[in-house]
Amino acid sequence: MGLLTNLINGISLGSVYAIIALGYTMVYGIAKMLNFAHGDVIMVGGYICFIAMNNVGLPPVVAVLLSIVGCTCLGIVVERLAYKPLREAPSLAVLITAIGVSYFLQNTALLVWGADPKAFRSVIDSPSIKLFNGQLTVSPVSIVTVLACVAIMVGLTLFTSRTKMGKAMRACSEDKGAAQLMGINVNTTISMVFAIGSGLAAIAGVLLCSTYPTLMPTTGSLPGIKAFTAAVIGGIGSIPGAALGGVLLGIIEIFAKAYIGTQLADAIVFAVLIVVLLIRPAGLLGKEIHEKV
Amino acid sequence: MAMLKVADLNVYYGSIHAVKGVSFEVEEGEIVTLIGANGAGKSTTLNTVAGLLKLRTGSIEFEGESLVGIPAHKMIAKGIALCPEGRRVFQDLTVRDNLDMGAFTRSDDEVVEMRKVVYERFPRLRERRRQRAGTLSGGEQQMLAMGRALMGRPKLMMLDEPSMGLAPILVQEIFDIVKVLNEMGTTVLLVEQNARMALSIADRAYVLETGRVVTMGTGAELLQDDEVRKAYLGG
Repeated sequence: MGLLTNLINGISLGSVYAIIALGYTMVYGIAKMLNFAHGDVIMVGGYICFIAMNNVGLPPVVAVLLSIVGCTCLGIVVERLAYKPLREAPSLAVLITAIGVSYFLQNTALLVWGADPKAFRSVIDSPSIKLFNGQLTVSPVSIVTVLACVAIMVGLTLFTSRTKMGKAMRACSEDKGAAQLMGINVNTTISMVFAIGSGLAAIAGVLLCSTYPTLMPTTGSLPGIKAFTAAVIGGIGSIPGAALGGVLLGIIEIFAKAYIGTQLADAIVFAVLIVVLLIRPAGLLGKEIHEKV
Repeated sequence: MAMLKVADLNVYYGSIHAVKGVSFEVEEGEIVTLIGANGAGKSTTLNTVAGLLKLRTGSIEFEGESLVGIPAHKMIAKGIALCPEGRRVFQDLTVRDNLDMGAFTRSDDEVVEMRKVVYERFPRLRERRRQRAGTLSGGEQQMLAMGRALMGRPKLMMLDEPSMGLAPILVQEIFDIVKVLNEMGTTVLLVEQNARMALSIADRAYVLETGRVVTMGTGAELLQDDEVRKAYLGG
């Protein structure tokens, strides 16, 4: 039963990584930039939800919705103010800016909400489910997390394959110049992707804090880095890749913690990244780029 | 009044002066071609008219209205389409989705209607409508790129090297299609390295050399011109 419990926890943690990784991978796919501030949007999402529930006393559903709206706006504003002016700049400048935005968000959070950790109350307030005469305990948050991840995956897949805006997004990610010739406004499309990614980060933040209920200004950084690792393992730019990488990474992390040692778990996670990149440089589901003349 | 009027156009890539005071006009219903060697500034000129590149000085007018400063994504709504060099179809999208992108700014009804027109003109695209564009041959990709540009119902269709990298029989086919498009009422501005083909279908032509217009005339005149024959038609 221990194995099964670990597997469930791994898939649940992995689902959170997957939701964060989707944001990384979509932004990379279209803006060709690594938004290292993405993890900190998760933290902001957590705080918005925490304040809405604890300080204002709103019901969890409303708090989560507020958090999504807040982060979506934050994503659009950050893109407009920090990244859009650098559209023609070398990618290193954009990368450094993203790191700057990350520190800016963390320190603003420190200033506004203080350094002491907040005890996050889970948004799902129901008792654990016991199976097999109580030998296996599954927390409802785990179930909701996995379901949310599946729903988001299905939703995004349908969006990018069936809708006009979704197809335009893929067109932009392949060739911005040609997309403009079609009449697609590339700036609007990039804004939209940041909005979607940041909204997803809010959901991930709420779910993460519901499972690991310590909220502080640095809460988002390590999960952010791990989700980035997951996106790279799955093949950055690929939506199914992000989901696969996220779930794999979550399972590996929980198993490493359970059977090898908590201290080594993070090292093992990043070692997996190195191994995958050695064998498949484009990631598990990433495409090798063929240039056709 | 000319449909497209470009006057004293100057375009730079960083410090490189790529287009040096180019002027030309395209009348409604014409096929006009810009010919010249690699690096003469032909593609740069087209890309600037399409709004993908910024001009330093000069003017571009379409139907009496200045195009300077208008972003590329607004051109198709004005009636200007560019079928870019190297085709640049969306490899990951299906043939049908590529066509639909060409009519991005149009209503769903218009998309369906234009798709019919394009499939009639390019039956091969109908056969392959569910295939990813990346799996098409070079000739098919060129047809897709032209069909996609047609989807937006342009008044002026700019074609950049449509014959590049194609077998001679396909080159003939592509030029036949250009003529048909023109007969259907689309004005054509064509950039080509295949000068003989381009001149044979063009009403008027401009010869570009290192960023300047050096000669102009009707297609037939330039086909007989000694200088042009020596430089571009192999004597």
